[in-house]
Amino acid sequence: MRALWGLLSGLVFGLGLVISGMADPAKVLNFLDLAGTWDPSLAFVMGGATLTAFIGYRLVWRRKAPVLDQSFDIPRSRTIDRPLLVGAALFGIGWGIGGFCPGPAFTALPLMAPGTLVFLPAMLAGLWLGARIKAGGSLQDRGKIRRSAAS
Amino acid sequence: METGIETAFTPWASLGGGVLIGLSAVMVMALFGRIAGIAGIAQGAMALPGAAKDRDWRWAFLAGLIVAPLAVMALGGAVAQAVPDNLGGMALAGLLVGTGTALGSGCTSGHGVCGLARLSGRSLAAVATFMAAGFATVFVLRHILGGA
Repeated sequence: MRALWGLLSGLVFGLGLVISGMADPAKVLNFLDLAGTWDPSLAFVMGGATLTAFIGYRLVWRRKAPVLDQSFDIPRSRTIDRPLLVGAALFGIGWGIGGFCPGPAFTALPLMAPGTLVFLPAMLAGLWLGARIKAGGSLQDRGKIRRSAAS
Repeated sequence: METGIETAFTPWASLGGGVLIGLSAVMVMALFGRIAGIAGIAQGAMALPGAAKDRDWRWAFLAGLIVAPLAVMALGGAVAQAVPDNLGGMALAGLLVGTGTALGSGCTSGHGVCGLARLSGRSLAAVATFMAAGFATVFVLRHILGGA
């Protein structure tokens, strides 16, 4: 049951990526190219998605618990720390080079473009590497602006 | 890296697709009580250190993502996609996206859609940072190094 609903949720997400154009790296890179062939479409994707989630979350949170699980698991950390900003910057650079963020890298898989077949395994390796660095805490230990090592 | 090919401005399709993405995020919250961040879902599916332990729905969710373009094509729709073919660049890009989203605890969906919908200041900082880095990277590649 959980797997079936998981599949359906992923399918809706993937359809959204394909229909919105977010699954096309050419469109993503043009969105990021303010000084060139700028295509503002992706602002509409983010706007539509965020507004829908904003309203939907508030309706869902009236429940005591989710339908198929014990409790809501929502990130509690409020610290804007070094791993957050360094990680986001690295992600943005990679996004600007390849035009893929994690979701579209998965929806691109069945079309088997050579760039996708290189990007996706490299991304999974990066997720593993990043999780190890974070678990080791090396970024926080070396940081000068050492705040409470949350998350 | 190649310079830009024009892509059509598609406000309505993008808005409609965006609503579907938001709807999926609401489904994941309503059903599993979780944030629908693709980087986090993939980490959980791979059972990486620090990731959540509920793997069953995560694998299915990723399968749904992969099935989506096939479903569109089966219904006679077209899936437009132009992937950069500089393979060295794509390998570097993949590594940076994976490492960065793991370190920064989120991607375009986790911090972008879900984080902003929760009005999280932490997510807003992440979104501002990765957007700025993305704009700067494309500017350097296309207009300084690419000479377009």
